[in-house]
Amino acid sequence: MEAMQRLFQRRSLHRPSPVGMALSYTMLGTWALVVLFPLYWLLVTSFKLPVDVNMGPFYLPGVDFKPSLHAWEYILVGDLSNDTIRPYINTVIVALTSASLALILGTAAAYGLTRFQYRPRLGAILCFIGCLALAIIAVTLGAPWQIALVVALVLFVILLQTIGKRFQRSLGNRDIAFWLISQRMLPPVAVVIPIYVLFQRLHLLDTRTALIITYLASNLPIVVWLMRDYFQTIPIELEECAAIDGASRYRIFWAIVVPLALPGLVATFLFVLVFAWNEYLLSLFLSSSRAQTLPLTVAAQNATRGPQWWYMSVLILIMIVPVIAMAIALERYIARGLLVGAIKG
Amino acid sequence: MQAERALENPNGRWHRLSEWAERMAGNVFIWPAVLVVLFLSIFPLIISLYLSLSRFKFVKGGFEIKFVGLANYAKLLFGSERTHFLGLLATPSPLGWLVLAVVAAFLLRSLVRYARRETRSLGGLVGRILSAAILSFGVWLLVCTLSKGGRPGTLVVTLIYVFVGIIVQYLLGLGLAVLTTQQLPGRRFFRVVFLLPMMITPVGVAYVFRMLTDTDKGPFRPIWQAMGLGLFSWVNDPWGARAAVMIGDIWQWTPFMFIVLLAALEGQSVELIEAALVDGANRWQIFWSITLPQILPVSTTLILIRMIEAFKIVDLPNVLTNGGPGTATESLTLQAYISWRSLDLGGSAAIAYLLLLMVTFIGMAYVNLIRSRVAEGG
Repeated sequence: MEAMQRLFQRRSLHRPSPVGMALSYTMLGTWALVVLFPLYWLLVTSFKLPVDVNMGPFYLPGVDFKPSLHAWEYILVGDLSNDTIRPYINTVIVALTSASLALILGTAAAYGLTRFQYRPRLGAILCFIGCLALAIIAVTLGAPWQIALVVALVLFVILLQTIGKRFQRSLGNRDIAFWLISQRMLPPVAVVIPIYVLFQRLHLLDTRTALIITYLASNLPIVVWLMRDYFQTIPIELEECAAIDGASRYRIFWAIVVPLALPGLVATFLFVLVFAWNEYLLSLFLSSSRAQTLPLTVAAQNATRGPQWWYMSVLILIMIVPVIAMAIALERYIARGLLVGAIKG
Repeated sequence: MQAERALENPNGRWHRLSEWAERMAGNVFIWPAVLVVLFLSIFPLIISLYLSLSRFKFVKGGFEIKFVGLANYAKLLFGSERTHFLGLLATPSPLGWLVLAVVAAFLLRSLVRYARRETRSLGGLVGRILSAAILSFGVWLLVCTLSKGGRPGTLVVTLIYVFVGIIVQYLLGLGLAVLTTQQLPGRRFFRVVFLLPMMITPVGVAYVFRMLTDTDKGPFRPIWQAMGLGLFSWVNDPWGARAAVMIGDIWQWTPFMFIVLLAALEGQSVELIEAALVDGANRWQIFWSITLPQILPVSTTLILIRMIEAFKIVDLPNVLTNGGPGTATESLTLQAYISWRSLDLGGSAAIAYLLLLMVTFIGMAYVNLIRSRVAEGG
C-alpha cells in the first residue's frame, strides 16, 4: 500500500512522482517524434538520388536505397557553392545585426512603456499625419522630395505651435503599444512595393543595410510587446531601492532590470533572430544578387523541372544548423531562480 | 583662481548633463524604437491606401495609376469577387439558426447591460453597437458559408486557420512548457528539440509538408494504403486540404508558444508556490490559481502576436495546395498575393487593407476586452 502510494507521490516541488514521470516522458516523447520525423525525412531525402525520391517512399539509407552525396556535393562544393556561400554570409550578418538592434531598441522602449507615463498629444499627431500626407501628395505630383520634406517640416512646427496646442486630448502608453503592434498587421505583399521605392530612392537596394533596417522595424513591435510583459512581472521595489541609493535610470535599467529579465530576453532574441533568418518575401524584393539571403536559395530550388527535393533538403538542413547551435547555447539562460535570488538578496 | 574654475566647471557641467539625461530618460527609452518603426511604416501605409483606391495598368513606356474610388472594395464585397472573398452563402440549417440566435441574444444582453450602467458614455455605446454589429456579421457569414450548399471564401478560411491554429498551438505549447519545467532528466534535450520547427524557413516548412502529405511518394504511403486512400489526393477534398495546411501551421508555430510560455513559467516566483504547498494546496489548485494568473499577461500578448501573424498565412497554402481545390485553402494574404502577381495591384491592396481593418478591429476588441482585464488590471 505504501509502495503504491509512493508511486504517485511527488518527490519535491518540481520532481514528479514515478507515474507522473512516465506519463510526462510518454507525452514529451510523442511530440518529439512528431517534431523529429519531418526533419528525419529531410535528412534522408538529402541523401537520395532523384530516382529514389520518385520511386516512392524509402526510409532507411543503406537498406532501402543506396545513399548518395550528390546533393551535398552540388550545394557545398559543386555548381551551386558560390550561390550558397554568399547568401549564407548575408543571412548571418543580416539576422544577427537586425535581431540585436531590435532587442536593444525594443527592450528600451518596452521598459519606457512600463515605467514612464507618456502623453503624446492628439493634436500633434494629427498635425504630423496631415503634413506627411501633404508632402507625399506633393512628391507624387512631381515636387523634389528634399524640398517637400523641408516645407512639410516647417509647416509641422508652425502648426504644432498654433493649432496643435489647442487640442489637449492625449493618448497613453497603451495606445503607443497598440500602434506599434498594429504596424505588423499589413501583409508583406502590400508593404513590399512602397518599401522597394523607398530604398530605391535611398540607393540602398540590394544591400544588407536595407534588409537590416526592414527586419529591425518589423521585429521591433514583437520585442516591445514581449518584453513589456516580462518587465511588468519584475517587482518595482528593487528599482526604487536603487533609485534611493542614487543610481540613474540608465544604470537601474542596465544593472537591475536587464539581468532580471534575462529568460525573457533570451527567448525574445531567439524568436526575432529566427524571424529575420527565415524572412522570404521582403528579401525577395529588396535583394537581387549581392544581398540575397538563404530562403531565396531554398525557394529557387523549385525550378521549372519541379521541386528539386534533394537540393532543397540539403539547403534547409544547412540553414537550421547555426540556429540550433544558437538555441543550444542560449537555452540554459532560460533558467530558473534569477528572480528569487534577487529578491532574497 | 583659473585652475579652480577649471576643476569646478567640468564637474558642474557634468552634473547638469547627467541631470538633464535623467529628465530625458523617458524620451531616450522610447524614441529610437518609435522613429525606426515610423520611418518604415507610415510610407507603405499611405501608398497602399492610395493603391487600393486606384487601378494599376501598364501603358506604352511605363505604367498608369488611375484613381477609381472605392471600386476595388465594392468588387470584393458586392461585385464579381464576392464569392471568392466572402464565399457562397447558403440558408443556414436549424442548428445554424440556433447559433445565430444565441449569439444575437448574447450580444443584445451585453449591450443592454452596458446601456443601463451608470458609467456609460455615448462613445462607448456607439463603439459597442458597432462591435456587436461587426461580430454578428462575422458569425452570420461563418454560419451561412459553412452550411450545406455554401462555400467559405478566403475571409472565412483565414478566420478558421487563425482560430483553430491558435487554440491548438496555445494548448500544446502550454502543455509542453509545463512538462519541461519539471525536473526530468533530459529535459534540455526536449527543450531544444521542441524549438526546431520554428527555425525552418516557412517556405521550407511548406515544401517539407508537401513531401510528407504526398500520398504516393511520401513516407506515409503505407498508412494511406491501409486506410484505402492509396490514390487519394489532398487536393481533391477541401477539408482534407485545409486540415493539411492547419497541421503544417501548428507544427511550425507551436514552438513559438512553447518558448515564450517556458520563459514565463521559469520566471514565475517559486516562493508563492512553496507557500501554497505548505498550506496543502494540490497541484491543480496551484496551477489554476498561482501559475496561470502569473503567465496570463504573457499569454495574452502571445496570442495577440500569433493572431496578427496567423492572419498573414501565405506560404503553406501556396506551396502545399496552391490554394486549391478551387479556392478552398486560399487565405486572404494568398488571395492578395495572387492578384498582385497578376498585376491587379489595386485589388491586392484593397484585400490587404480589408485584412488590416479586420485585424485592427479584432486586435482592439481583444486588447480592450481581454488583455486590459488580465494584464493591466483595469
